[in-house]
This record gives sequence, structure tokens and C-alpha cells, in this order.
Amino acid sequence: MRTLTELAPEASQPAPARRAESGSGAAGQSRIHESAVKHVTGRAAYIDDIPCPADTLHVALGLSPVAHGRLTRLDLEKVKAAPGVVDVITIVDVPGHTDIGPVFPGDPLFVDDEISYVGQVIFAVAAESYQAARRAATLAVIEIDEQPASLDPVAAAERGKFVRPTHHHQSGDWEQALRDATYVLEGEQFVGGQEHFYLEGQACLVTPSEDEGVVIHTSNQHPSETQKLVAEVLDIPFHAVTAEMRRMGGGFGGKETQASPWACIAALIARRTGRAAKLRLPRAEDMRATGKRHPFHNRYRLGIDDQGVLVGGEITVIGDCGYSPDLSDAVVDRAMFHSDNAYSLGQARVTGHRAKTHTASNTAFRGFGGPQGVMIIEQVMDDIARHIGEDPLTVRKRNLYRPGRDVTHYGQRVEQLQLLHDLIGELEQSSDYWARRQAISDFNRESPIIKKGLALTPVKFGISFTVQHLNQAGALLHVYTDGSVQINHGGTEMGQGLHTKVCQVVARELGLDIERVRITATRTDKVPNTSPTAASSGADLNGQAAKDAASKLRERLFDFAAEHYRLDRDGMRLEAGALVAGQGEAERRLPWAELVQAAYLGRVSLSEKGFYATPLIHYDRNTGKGRPFYYYAHGAAVSEVEVDTLSGEYQVTRVDILHDVGDSLNPAIDIGQVEGAFIQGMGWMTSEELKWNDAGRLVSDGPATYKIPAFGDLPPVMNVKLLEGHPNSQASIYRSKAVGEPPFMLGISVWSALRDALASLADYQVAPQLDTPATPERVLMVAQALRDAQGAA
Amino acid sequence: MIDFYLNGQRQSGVEVPPDTSVLELLRTRLGKTGTKEGCASGDCGACTVTIGEPNADGELEYRTANACITPAHQLQGCHLVTVEGLARGDALHPAQAAMVECHASQCGFCTPGIVMSLFTLHENQRRAPAPLTQARLEQALGGNLCRCTGYRPIRDAALTMGDYPDTHPSWADDPGLAVDVGKQRQESPAELTSQGHFSAPRDLAALRRLKAERPQARLVAGATDLWLETTQQLKALDDLIDVRRVTELNAIEATDDGWWIGAAVPLSRLEPLLEEAYPAFAHLLHRFASQQIRNRATLGGNIANASPIGDSPPVLLALEARLLLDGPDGERELPLGDFFLDYKKTALAENEFIRGIFLPRPAAEQNLKVWKLSKRREDDISAVLAAFAWRLEDGVMRDVRLAFGGMAAIPRRVPRTEAALEGQAPTLEAFAAAKAALDQELSPMSDVRGSAEYRKLAAANLLERLRLMIDTTHNDTKVTLDAYAH
Repeated sequence: MRTLTELAPEASQPAPARRAESGSGAAGQSRIHESAVKHVTGRAAYIDDIPCPADTLHVALGLSPVAHGRLTRLDLEKVKAAPGVVDVITIVDVPGHTDIGPVFPGDPLFVDDEISYVGQVIFAVAAESYQAARRAATLAVIEIDEQPASLDPVAAAERGKFVRPTHHHQSGDWEQALRDATYVLEGEQFVGGQEHFYLEGQACLVTPSEDEGVVIHTSNQHPSETQKLVAEVLDIPFHAVTAEMRRMGGGFGGKETQASPWACIAALIARRTGRAAKLRLPRAEDMRATGKRHPFHNRYRLGIDDQGVLVGGEITVIGDCGYSPDLSDAVVDRAMFHSDNAYSLGQARVTGHRAKTHTASNTAFRGFGGPQGVMIIEQVMDDIARHIGEDPLTVRKRNLYRPGRDVTHYGQRVEQLQLLHDLIGELEQSSDYWARRQAISDFNRESPIIKKGLALTPVKFGISFTVQHLNQAGALLHVYTDGSVQINHGGTEMGQGLHTKVCQVVARELGLDIERVRITATRTDKVPNTSPTAASSGADLNGQAAKDAASKLRERLFDFAAEHYRLDRDGMRLEAGALVAGQGEAERRLPWAELVQAAYLGRVSLSEKGFYATPLIHYDRNTGKGRPFYYYAHGAAVSEVEVDTLSGEYQVTRVDILHDVGDSLNPAIDIGQVEGAFIQGMGWMTSEELKWNDAGRLVSDGPATYKIPAFGDLPPVMNVKLLEGHPNSQASIYRSKAVGEPPFMLGISVWSALRDALASLADYQVAPQLDTPATPERVLMVAQALRDAQGAA
Repeated sequence: MIDFYLNGQRQSGVEVPPDTSVLELLRTRLGKTGTKEGCASGDCGACTVTIGEPNADGELEYRTANACITPAHQLQGCHLVTVEGLARGDALHPAQAAMVECHASQCGFCTPGIVMSLFTLHENQRRAPAPLTQARLEQALGGNLCRCTGYRPIRDAALTMGDYPDTHPSWADDPGLAVDVGKQRQESPAELTSQGHFSAPRDLAALRRLKAERPQARLVAGATDLWLETTQQLKALDDLIDVRRVTELNAIEATDDGWWIGAAVPLSRLEPLLEEAYPAFAHLLHRFASQQIRNRATLGGNIANASPIGDSPPVLLALEARLLLDGPDGERELPLGDFFLDYKKTALAENEFIRGIFLPRPAAEQNLKVWKLSKRREDDISAVLAAFAWRLEDGVMRDVRLAFGGMAAIPRRVPRTEAALEGQAPTLEAFAAAKAALDQELSPMSDVRGSAEYRKLAAANLLERLRLMIDTTHNDTKVTLDAYAH
């Protein structure tokens, strides 16, 4: 029945290799997401789907309508009198901590006196229904002595308005390098922020427990932190608070720190009223109240030799942090760590400012500042190419880390030096880069309006939390007497397939079909003191912890079996659902369930916990030197675009990606991460535009005005491959590599291709500044400026 | 009281306030939480459901809708299908099975909506197989945002679901279902609630009567804009008159010189007519809004709404469409150009309603170009919309009608710019004069969708694009991108 026409041949062929494979489903195989069937049948429960007690209260928020000022009057009488209202709270109703800053102070749970952004929470109201609560929240009388809002991070930086002190990396004598350089280039860029737009908004359901505590269901990347903050806000011990998290409808960093305030507020209501309290943010409030990817203003002054190779200079990045520190120190650090991307900067100084503005506190978002750092050096590569008249790919290849130029500006040696050279070489071939470059040059010469552009950009992304103590994980493994296995760990599932991968690890360690391994909701009372699921580290850390638990249990079962069945302990193994001992004729196989039952009767513990801490990493903030990353993950993308230089409209017509995940834990899931990250990165570079009005109010506060990529933005040709034959050089889980964030930066190739197309208007003699997102408006304005300049020349 | 069918099961006497959405009904009253709320504004598609309504032959026709902005009372006499109603026991529907096997869900929150869009596509394929072109896939899935996958595996699922065994839900085997739904529909009362008003008149006379009795009552058709007043602005909508069942407002009547299109005809029903008469207009419809919205939004609503950035008014202005207004005091015809008075102000009296829109047939040799500029190609609101109609006679332009959206407080024609081109050959000089006139005639504002400067430049450049298209010496020059061209 299926009929295919009019699709390009490449596009019309669903790749059969990516379909689910049969087999045990153990680590290394493509295996469907553990919740896939629940997703497609509507049975997968998110926070708002959890059945609530009949008397559950619904909480709505009163948000600040102004960006900066002092709260002079707050009259909540009408709110309290509104139909269905049960409780109304403000800062004075908080028994414990009122500041819930995750790392540094600065995030009041409710406005006390000073108002710092539009969307800041002033009060909360609990009512019998969601509608009643929301309607009541509109009835407050709020008087504010409004003061001028600081919305320009560059101006803030010039005035020294920072949320955290400025930090530097320095390698060698950068000023001398500039004096010695053949050419010195300068440039700047504005890199826009990004709304997470997780499809499931911020949500939690808090139930009072029979002691003084609460149980929290929360859509949350960091349940342990929420547990801590709720306990501190309620002024109760941590053990009285349990946070549970089964799955998020998307996180992307937006639920790392910024899921906690809602849980704290709902917990206050739950304790005060003795009733369950649900708080879910309507989309527009979610977009106004929560922080986003940091917008950055970046500048460079860099020297090159006559081949276009960097000799050194300086890079300055200014992150727009919003009103409070949140995670901005580490975000701007990561931008600095990645301002070299894949290239040796030579002798360089990198400076990172953390500017304070009166907007929501910007926060983690896939890449965590890394993408904004990568942007400046990728602009540099294109600028160099135009300056010396070489193809941008040639310039990029010349600048890659290589023997003799293998130490980053923060002192970490790049270990897999050859990998990116090989990867780019392979992609250059498979994407037919040079033939297409020629064809595009020919096309552009003949086409005055429609211009094509092509770009290959790589990524080298450092894997580990740059805050060292976060690089730890725990797991808890139970085997039941029927042989079924339950695994729990500190990581959270937000769609990335972490739980699937961890089940696969356990299945591989225990030689079981994955059907026998079930994962349960992340809970702070099962695995305590966990790190956020962030920094792409979920599978690296929790996979290792699960492996630790499974292998310890396996060794205990081997000890038991050797003694109980008098089997040879050496060479004993678990495979295909059985314990196997001996070789050849002497081989004995014992079904797993039988082994487990015997062990139970033999009074052997069938439960085990696992733990992991990443080795080798260190970083000294005083010197700006160290080895912050356990390893690097790599990739590259080639994007081709067509630009209508009269309207600014454009299309991405083809994308080729080759990405390094070491030895993949699950190729289907990894490809899904690479593709999804690319499209999200492309959206960040193109259509996703955050706009605030002059009063500091976010005006792009819903999907009608904030445009993430839609189905038709998927490039008609998209070839995505995982790099093969390059296991991780470090002893990561089965030599795999983290995959959540690195491919996000491949979307930058689209921006570079747009610049390439625009540069053709000036015969590739000029590197046009193209700020992001490169909306049709920005593209048109640059095209017009180039045309005007050509006309004037 | 609403009587309808949910996944083949009869639901009787459901009583909810008039401003209850289908999504609220499902999630908070019926315990069906598979359908998700992503935005409550009809922009993300997470709440996509499929609504089956009896057609003229008594068969159920299934169309997608955004449950978050669909009035619950409009379910009266319909068959509502949700993600819970597709599998047959443990056997997944092909749309579901293909999604699983293609690894097309990650976080899974958008997935129920995507499954419903795929299910509806699958149903349409079952009834009338047709090539699954890129354009069709975009139509079917353009209204479903996914933040995780990047859509490639979803495209694969769409392309492969036809290869799966046709497992369908048990309700699909019940031949009596369409009959029962039809009967329910026939027996629908004219007033559906006791908690305010949700009136559903069946004919013009009844509508006039209601409008005379309750001039302040809000008219609702597709509700794709109106319902945001409750979900976003928390306004109570407790006095509503539904025009979706009014026969006269749902007819398309061909005359010698054009078509009278009932004001409540959903845009998706207009597509075949426009494909035939005005392909450029039909192409715009595909970018007008998502399929879910097009299935419900109406031309009458798009006009009455009087937004300066509505997509159909500039086209209708360029085509010199007329309106038929109706009310207790009688009917009157009005050129569309006289309808828009000022920002969100129209010539419609409080007790009047738009009954129909007259779309003239294309004149001989008439050309129409419709160009929409927006940040995203699909399901976005225009920064600038230009509609240009003209014909060439002996090398000169005649009957030049140029209209713009997004360039003023109302959608409007630009008479001085038209005059600069009327009777002129498409020369550089003529278009230079036209651009100068346009610059004088329009003063757009800056907003979230674009700056005034950009809008002005883009509008002038669209005139330049027009010149390049008309001027035959540029025949081999490509002036638009494939996906945007028409």
C-alpha cells in the first residue's frame, strides 16, 4: 500500500539497520527504549498523569510584572477570598531557608524586597482546582517602586556588574604572540540564548508523609538537590524528604536546578495544609519564570601565520547570567574551556565574564556554555579563511590539535590526537565535500538571488563535570528469587535512553536477556546523595555504578556456586541466562533462576550496591590549569544550505554527520541522540529567537512566538553515522563515550554554511558578521548590507 | 450534557461548564491522561486527538484536532479517538508499532500526539491510498513538535507504518458505530449545557434568533483563537453560540462568477477548491497553520478576528473577495476591503455575523502570487505576507492588486503602489516607482516577529522578486527556494 514518490532517494529509505535488533539486548546492541511501548500507548505516566489523592490542592503563582524594583505593597486579601482558595503563602511563611541558590546564594524562593526580573515569584496560592488557583493568582494587588532594568550584559560587564568573579585561562605569552603574528584578526559576535522547551513543563506533586516530611514526585534532573532544598526550606532533616522521579518529558538542562523551586513551594503548601499539592507551570509562566541557555557576547583578537594557523591572542566571552549565579560560574567556565573547540589557540588568554542582568537566572542547557564558546572559534576559522583566501575546511584542518600542538589553553593534553583528523577525513570523503564545493561555487556564480553555502564544523567536547565532586554515582541492584532483576541508580530518565543503557549494562554483566532486568523510578531513598543527570555523564557514571553492583553480585554468586555445586571457580561465567563453568566436555550449565533460588536458600544476599568515581580529573581554579575532563568526545557535520538573498529565507538541504561515541552502548539510541542534538542545535542557530521588550519582559513566551524546529525543518537528506573502530582511550563503561551534549554543537555547521552562502555575495572576500539566531531577518539584513557594500565599491 | 463516543464507547450526559476543553474533559473528568498538555494554545500538538464525524454518506471521517483548544461540547455526536483507543489488546496499531521500531520516541511526551497524527494519516491511507510525498508528510506532522528526536525516526515511522499488518482497534470492526454516532448527532439538543450557554443551532434562522436574543454571546466555530482567551487569559466563556452545525454556514456554493464559501467551512475543506482555482492560495494554506488547526479554523474566523497578521485576508483582498454579513436586521454584502476599519476593529455590528465569503473565479490570464515570510516555514505567524494578483496584456501589467499583512494595523491593499504598476511594463523603472510608493504607503511596527526595518525591506524585496518573475529576461534565474515557491 505504501507508495513513495517525490522524495529524494536518500531520504526515502528508512535505515533498516537502525530498527530494533533481535538478541538479548545487552550493552552494545540497538535496543528499543525501555518505555517505548508505554510512550506510544499513552501509558507512560508523567507528573500530571499520576493519580492524586481526592483532596489534592493545585498551586498557582503570582509573578512579578516588572524587571527591577522594590516591592512596596502586596495585598493578597482578594486572592485569599477567591472561590476555592485554601492557602496563600509568601516569603514570611517559609520556616527554613529562604534562599535556594543551588551553588551560591542569590535565589530567594519568593521575593522579599528586591525584585530582580519579570516572572520572579512573589507569592503562591493553593486552591481546590487548577483553574481556581490560576484565577485567584490574578487578583493580587502588587505595588512596586520600579527601577531601571539592566538588560545589556555588555554594559553590565563594563560596569563590573557580575554574579561571580571573572576567570582567566592563560597559556604562554599571548601579547608576544600577537606581536609576532603575520596577521592579527579581530571580531565579535552575539550568540543568542535558547529556551529549553521541554514538552512537559515544570511540574511536581508533593504529598505530606505521616511524620514531619514529604514525598515529592518531580520532573527533575537532580532529585537529591531537590530533597536537600525542600528539607532546608521546611527546616526538617533530609531523611524526612523523599524525591521520586520516573521520567521527564524532556529536560535538556532546564530541570537541573530549576525544578527545585516548585517542589519547595508545593512542599510548603503540603506541610501547611496536610494535603497533597500539585504545582505545574502553564507554558507562558514556565518560559518567563525559568532561566534559559545563556546568551553570550564574544570577542577575539588573534594572530595567525601566513598559513592561517593560530599563533595566539585573546578571547573574551561574556555570559548573560540573568539575576543570580545559579550554575553560571560553571557555565561560563565551560564556554572558556571550549573556546578552542578542536583547535590549538597557541599562546592565548581566555577571559570569561559573568554578567548580571535583570532577567531570569540563566541555567544549564545541553552543552552548558560549551556551544557558546565553540561559536567564537568557529567564527574565527571562517574569518581566517576569508582573510587568507583558503577554503574554511582547509583552515580548520590546519588548526586542529596535532603533535607538538596538543595542549589546551587550560593545560590538558589532548590524548586521541589523530581521531579528529581521521574522522574529518572520512566525512570529507563520504559527504563528497570538495566536489560539492566546486558545484556550489559554479552555481553561485550563475545565480544572483539564490545562493548556496557549505560548511564542515567539528566538535571536541570535554566529558566530566568540571565540579570534581559531582563525578560520582551509585546504584542498587536487587535479584528476586524468580531470577528477575531490579536495578536502580542515581541518574534520571529524560528521554535520552539512560535507563535502557543501564539495563543493558546489567544484562551484559549478568548474562541475561534484557527482559529480565527492570529499572525503577529514581528515588532518593534508594540511592542517596546523587549528582544531577547532566554533563552527558548519565551513562558514564551510573552505568559504571550499575556494573560495579552487578559484577560484585556476580562474583558472590560464583563463590556460592563453586562451593555449593563444587564447580571450578576459574573461568566461571554468566551467559545466555545461565551460569557456565568448565570447558568442553566438563562444561556445566546452571539456569539463572535455579542458581538464584539456590543462593537464596543458601542465605546469600541477592542485593548489592555499586559505586563509581571518575579517576584522573582535577582542576585548579587559582592557576586555571588542570585536567578537568576524563576524555573528549568528537564529531563533525557537513551542512549545505540554500539562501534566498532577497527574502532572507533559507533551507538546509543536506547534512552529513560522523560522530564519535567510542564503542556504542546502544547504536540506535546514540544515533537518536546525535540527530536530536543536531536539530536542536540547528534550531538554536536559526529560528529560536528569544525576545525581551524594553521593560525586560520576555515576549517570545510560547510556541506561537518561539519557534523550535518543526517536522519540515528536518533536512531532506540527513546521513548520520557513528565513527567505528575508535574505542574510548580511557576505561569508560565498555569504552563507550558520552553522547548527550557533544552533537548539539554540530548544529553550528548550519550557521557556518549560512555565512558561507552570504560570503558569496562578496565573492568570498568578506566574512560577514552573522549574529544568532540567524533568523530570516538577520540573514536578509546581512545580505542587504553586503549588496550595498558591493554596490558602493 | 454532551453525548459522544470515546474510543468506541458511548459517553452519555457528560456535564461540564461551556469553556471546558476536550483535553480538560479527558484528563480531569474521564481519567484519560494519555493525551498531554504541552502548551494549551494549539501550537505544539502534544494534545492531538482524532475526531470522527459523520460525512454526507454517513461514514465517519477522522480528522486531527488540538484537544487543548477544542470545546468539549463540540464532541456532541462525534467519535473521539485518543491514544488509549488504538491498540487491540497487546497488539499495537501500525502507527504505534512503527514508532516503537523506528526508535521514534525519546522522552515520550509528544509521542501520543504524534501517534494520533500518524494514526489519522494511516486511516486516510486505508480509505484512499495516495503517495506519501514530503508535502503530505509535512501536512500530517507539521503541527506536532518534538524536542528530542529531530524527526528523522518519526519520518521513518510514517513511511513504514503501511508495511505493518493492519492491526486495528476493535471499535473499527463495529459497523454500527457510525450509525450510532450519526443518530446521536441527529438527536442533539440545541442547547448543550445548563451551566451557561453552549448553543448549537442547526440553521440560519435559529442562529439569527439566538443572535437577536443574546447579541453579547460569543460565536464559536473552530475555537482555534477564541479558546486561548480561556486557556491563556483565564477568561470565562460562558455564553457561546456554536456555528459549526449551521447548514448555511457550512456550504460551498459555486456560482457563475465564483464561490460562496460558508463562514464556518474549515480550511481543510477548502483545500480541494483552492488547489483547483488558486494553487498559490492552497499552498499558503499549508503554511497557514498546522493540520490540526486547519481542520477546525475557518475563513470566517480568520476574517472576523481582524488580526493584522491573519494570513487569508491579504489574499482575499488581492482577489477582491466580498463578504455577506447577516443578522436579525437582515443581510448585507460588503467588499472585504471595507470590512477592516482599524486595529481589530471591523464593520461588523454586535448582533451581526459573517455568513459567507465570496471568492471570485480567476479572471482569464490572472496571476496570483502569495508569499509569506516567517521565522519557521511551518505553523508560524507571518512577519510579512504579500499577495499579488495581476495579468499581463500586451506586455503591460493590468488589474494589479497588491495586498499585505503584517505591514499596518490592518491587512490592506496598497493603491498607490498598484497604480505605479498598473498599465506599466515590468521594468526596473516601474518597480522602482512602486517600491517608492510602497515605502510611503506602509509603516509597519517592530514586534516579536520582526523589526519595522526588516518588514519594509522584505516587502520591497518581494516586489523585486515579483519583477524578476514577470520580466521574462530572467526566466532562467531561480528567485525562490523550492520549499517556499509557488
